[in-house]
Amino acid sequence: MSSLAIGKADTAAGTTPGTAQSRPPLRRRIALIPTVTLLLGALYCLLPVAWVVIAATKSGSELFSTFTFLPGTGFADNFSDLSAYRDGVYWEWMGNSALYAGLGALLSTVVSALSGYALAIYRFRGRETIFNVLLAGVLMPPVILAIPQYLLLAKVDLTDSYLGVLLPQLLSPYGVYLSRIYAAAAVPADVVEAGRMDGAGEWRLFTRVALPMMVPGMVTVFLFQFVAIWNNFLLPYIMLSDDEKFPITLGLFTLLEQGANTPALYTLVITGAFLAVIPLVALFLVVQRFWSLDLLSGAVKS
Amino acid sequence: MKGAPYAHPSPTTTLKRARSAPYFFLLPATILFALFFALPIGYAVWLSLHKVKVSGLGLGAGARKEVWAGLENYTDALTDSELVDGALRVLGYGCIVVPVMLGLALLFALMLDSDKVRLAPFTRLAIFLPYAIPGVVAALLWGFLYLPDVSPFYYVLEKLGMPQPDLLDGGPLYLALSNIAVWGGTGFNMIVIYTSLQAIPAEVYEAARLDGATPLQIALRIKIPMVAPSLVLTFFFSIIATLQVFSEPTTLKPLTNSVSTTWSPLMKVYQDAFGKGDIYAAAAQATIIALATLLLSFGFLRAANRRNKRDVSQGGVR
Repeated sequence: MSSLAIGKADTAAGTTPGTAQSRPPLRRRIALIPTVTLLLGALYCLLPVAWVVIAATKSGSELFSTFTFLPGTGFADNFSDLSAYRDGVYWEWMGNSALYAGLGALLSTVVSALSGYALAIYRFRGRETIFNVLLAGVLMPPVILAIPQYLLLAKVDLTDSYLGVLLPQLLSPYGVYLSRIYAAAAVPADVVEAGRMDGAGEWRLFTRVALPMMVPGMVTVFLFQFVAIWNNFLLPYIMLSDDEKFPITLGLFTLLEQGANTPALYTLVITGAFLAVIPLVALFLVVQRFWSLDLLSGAVKS
Repeated sequence: MKGAPYAHPSPTTTLKRARSAPYFFLLPATILFALFFALPIGYAVWLSLHKVKVSGLGLGAGARKEVWAGLENYTDALTDSELVDGALRVLGYGCIVVPVMLGLALLFALMLDSDKVRLAPFTRLAIFLPYAIPGVVAALLWGFLYLPDVSPFYYVLEKLGMPQPDLLDGGPLYLALSNIAVWGGTGFNMIVIYTSLQAIPAEVYEAARLDGATPLQIALRIKIPMVAPSLVLTFFFSIIATLQVFSEPTTLKPLTNSVSTTWSPLMKVYQDAFGKGDIYAAAAQATIIALATLLLSFGFLRAANRRNKRDVSQGGVR
């Protein structure tokens, strides 16, 4: 059906060249249904976020007594209570998440860039096999990986350590896939060939010629991996037992586990959730312009 | 792979370096794949085919021995009512999540792509925002919104004198969990579909408009068929993600007694591995889940490809 539609459209467009330009501008009005639908969608998506922002300002008693969307007066207290909780372990969790996600995503992007470049630019024996095998990693349920990863890392004493959480997340099959697409689109093969003719080594060609062209795509890969590691729960849940090494997701979960039966701890959990949302949302707002989301669907305009 | 450029490299050395270079570039990925993908999978399969045999009282170093179990762990897993029940729950959950999430994602993408829509950048960002929020935090936020004591929904229902259903029990629990997944995943899928809508050349619509097609007809007859490959792709990944649901029900567990420790198959695997300490049974279950996931997702992909000539698995890769 799709090929039919394309064929028909192509012929139609071919027979009426220039129509788009020569038509007078249409009367400007708001498309009501789409705008309202999208606003409802935005409302749905923002509702829990708005709720947590307001709930974080409420003291324990206000949380249960005042109307949900009425701001409270307890944010400063909640903040200092949370910071004081177990000698500030909350901020250790935040720091750990930043470390896991920041360093992990950086190293992961380097691995992806190297692999994507090699797969896109060179023709070599086993190229498609290597690509497909790496890509198959996307399909592996994390659980079939995480438990044996834990057992194997236990044999070399790396469980319950920073490395135990970092190492298994360094290879991102999706990152390799995106890097390959991006390198194929952004790095012209003849430029690399010309550099080679001028006598540049393969490593130098990569770092000096290809890598600068790949930067925008690599920013996207970095952000994907950053979000993936920041949001990961299962791996640290399995790997860690010392709560000073917990990332924020796991820390909040243990806080909720303790707080569920004691409503007095609700405010801590809610304030913790609110503060945990800030870094990634801020990151999104700052970098969204550098983020080529069209990479998602594999569509790269060259 | 020498870093320094040669002044006059002979054609043969250049060729040789160029030939071995990709393997060097792929070395880190290959090592990581071997250590953290291939080895654990092989180990899981090995474990799934073994069990521990305890001799005597089970005391002393030699008392516990790993012995070959054949397919025993697999038959045990497939007849384990906890695992089967969990699988059925997650299938029911998936039947809600995947169609609703992708339906909304497609709807929003089409609306974003329509003419003269207002506030599109704002709404696009707002709908995408939940992607930045970890599943645990999302479950936590919604979990509180489901709690009668703090929820605005219950406040409104109470003021209106309407019945207040328990959202964390029985049938509504499925909806409550599904809602968390839909909330978290719609924006991401919307962007994927929206970007492929943007890739459709404008002349296509112009031609249809000249033929007198309404916006609805354009959406149904042109836009949806043309983004079919990305719909297939989002479906494929949604199935995989849904069958592996773990963190959301785990996070809701402290808030309600209705979520058992074996609610989803993955939770059951975790429970058997670390709660009961039976890593052999857990490995067999994990292997079954992995195989079932691959079967379902690839079965879907094959069915979709048969209907759709354009192959997503190669989409975009040149």
